[in-house]
Amino acid sequence: MLKSHLRLALAVLQRRKVFTAISLFGIALTLLVLIVAGALLDNVFGAFPPEVHHDRTLLIFNVRMEGKNAQSTSPAGFGLLDRYARDLPGVERMAITSTMREAFSYQGGQKHRLYMKRTDAEYWRVLQFEFLEGAPFAEAEVEAGSRVAVLNRSTRERIFGDAPALGRDVEVDGVNYRVMGVVADVSMLRALPFSDVWVPHSAAKDQAYRKELGGDFWGLLLARDAAAFPQIQAEFRSRLQRIDLSAEPGFERILALPETLFASTSRMLFDTHDEAESRPERLVGVLGLLTLLFLGLPTINLVNLSVSRILERAPEIGVRKAFGASALSLVGQFVLENVVLTLLGGALALLAAPLVLAAINHSGLIPYAQLGLNLRTFGLGLGLAVFFGVLSGAYPAWRLARLHPVQALKGAAR
Amino acid sequence: MIRLANVEKVYRTDRIETVALSQIDLTVAAGEFVAVMGPSGCGKSTLLNLIGLLDAPSSGTIELAGKPVASYRDREVSRLRNQTIGFVFQTFHLIPDLRVLDNVELPLLYRKMSGAERRARATRALERVGLSSRLQHFPSQLSGGQQQRVAIARAMAGEPRILLADEPTGNLDSQMGDEVMGLLEDLNQKEGTTIVMVTHDQRQADKAHRTIRIFDGRQVAC
Ligand SMILES: Nc1ncnc2c1ncn2[C@@H]1O[C@H](COP(=O)(O)OP(=O)(O)OP(=O)(O)O)[C@@H](O)[C@H]1O
Ligand SMILES: [Mg+2]
Repeated sequence: MLKSHLRLALAVLQRRKVFTAISLFGIALTLLVLIVAGALLDNVFGAFPPEVHHDRTLLIFNVRMEGKNAQSTSPAGFGLLDRYARDLPGVERMAITSTMREAFSYQGGQKHRLYMKRTDAEYWRVLQFEFLEGAPFAEAEVEAGSRVAVLNRSTRERIFGDAPALGRDVEVDGVNYRVMGVVADVSMLRALPFSDVWVPHSAAKDQAYRKELGGDFWGLLLARDAAAFPQIQAEFRSRLQRIDLSAEPGFERILALPETLFASTSRMLFDTHDEAESRPERLVGVLGLLTLLFLGLPTINLVNLSVSRILERAPEIGVRKAFGASALSLVGQFVLENVVLTLLGGALALLAAPLVLAAINHSGLIPYAQLGLNLRTFGLGLGLAVFFGVLSGAYPAWRLARLHPVQALKGAAR
Repeated sequence: MIRLANVEKVYRTDRIETVALSQIDLTVAAGEFVAVMGPSGCGKSTLLNLIGLLDAPSSGTIELAGKPVASYRDREVSRLRNQTIGFVFQTFHLIPDLRVLDNVELPLLYRKMSGAERRARATRALERVGLSSRLQHFPSQLSGGQQQRVAIARAMAGEPRILLADEPTGNLDSQMGDEVMGLLEDLNQKEGTTIVMVTHDQRQADKAHRTIRIFDGRQVAC
């Protein structure tokens, strides 16, 4: 029974080539958009190496200082993190990294543009980079202010080619650093681990950064577990309240909060520095709205296409009823047709997705992008597609199947 | 087999009420072959639709197989349409997306039956109407007369006890028309199929056991 219905469903889809082609294309394209968006989000917020402890990491991105007539927002200063973010209860490790800065390297008569970060030694423990050569710099190098560097693979290739790199000097902005290690490339979408060159923060000529409250550093707090987050936040906030701001004339208050990557991103995007609480739901809302916009419209179109096609087939429903089809079997038939169509569209999307993702990865649009197929996103998308397929098949079929056969035969769809 | 008592059918549209049938009393015994005649628009198709359970009367009762149709439940109505009745539509109503063979298999699709048996029965029915060379065609690839014969094959394929045929020879030349009539007579005589047939052709009506005449929605005495 199911076999013959399946055969007939495929026959009908084959017969209605234009409709089938448009629907397949629409379903596949919609799913592809979802897959790419999912891959992008995953690449920004998901847990990937080197951020292996993503689920228990808190970040201090920005600090805000407020006074009666002045306010300023900037990345955290090294001094603030060094003095007030250490030894927080519930925190296993604390690392400090600068934001990334553009720099230039002249090597062998060639100018290379690259991104540079200045970090401490803990940075290499909180984030688990894959070292292809050598090792990270440790406390000894950081304390001594050694001019050493870790490169990523692409930068190592750009500068040294096939020649060995370890132990050789790399020149960045007029300073020579000895190469200690080479790590695998990390996508530029990963704010924390992305860079081309890493050097000890202490290698700077000017050591004034060590005292700054606002500056260009981020703090990474590796908590014991996510349950410790509130405790960590409360303690950090109360420490900030005790800061003596007499050295910062005009400012009375300093605000900063260790938050997850998602919450910090939301805070930065929506500029919600005033509120002590993070507002991640805003980012969720915007992402949801975008999803609705980009996926809602094609979904409505596909549903509309399916519904009008079934209404157009009212006479067929009348005939089938006249020869003994029950309303249920008619609904089943159209649902089956739609499910087959949706699954075919899903298969198409699944075949095309790796190609599209690889194309984006290789386009250089996002340096070192590593967009991958997120099967959960795909499964969710396909599930939704099947849901709408079932609904848009069942509803009109049910309406028509309940009419008297003569009414359906005359196309009384309205 | 079939009994109509004081049946009335009124079509109501936004403004107009059309009385398509009124005060129809009709009994067709099992094994009977009845012709229905009357001018265009007098209500013949409407009558056949009511008997075929394709529409509900506005008032009056229709009995089929000894029970008022209104008392049947949905599932039973479906089963009656599927197993007891075979319908030949005036305008064929073949399913355009399906091949001829699949169209003829339709009544069998809603029965418990193996695919092979379905295929065999449908093929046999198409052979009887002389279309065994058109099994894989789509309806749009057939002439009007050929489509009409597919519609007849479809109605026969399920071997129903009642065959309702709305001008089954309307699109056929006289020779083909005679062949189809022969087929219906055969079904009636050899298999005892009860037949109600609408026709405009007195010659064909003469081959039935009796003729019901309708004029302006009412039965008229012959
Ligand atoms: N759905 C409908 N809505 C309104 N009026 C209808 C409808 N169907 C049929 N009628 C009217 O009912 C009357 C009978 O129609 P019917 O189709 O039964 O005629 P008929 O005897 O089969 O005619 P013909 O010989 O031309 O096929 C006609 O006047 C027609 O206009
Ligand atoms: Mg008619």
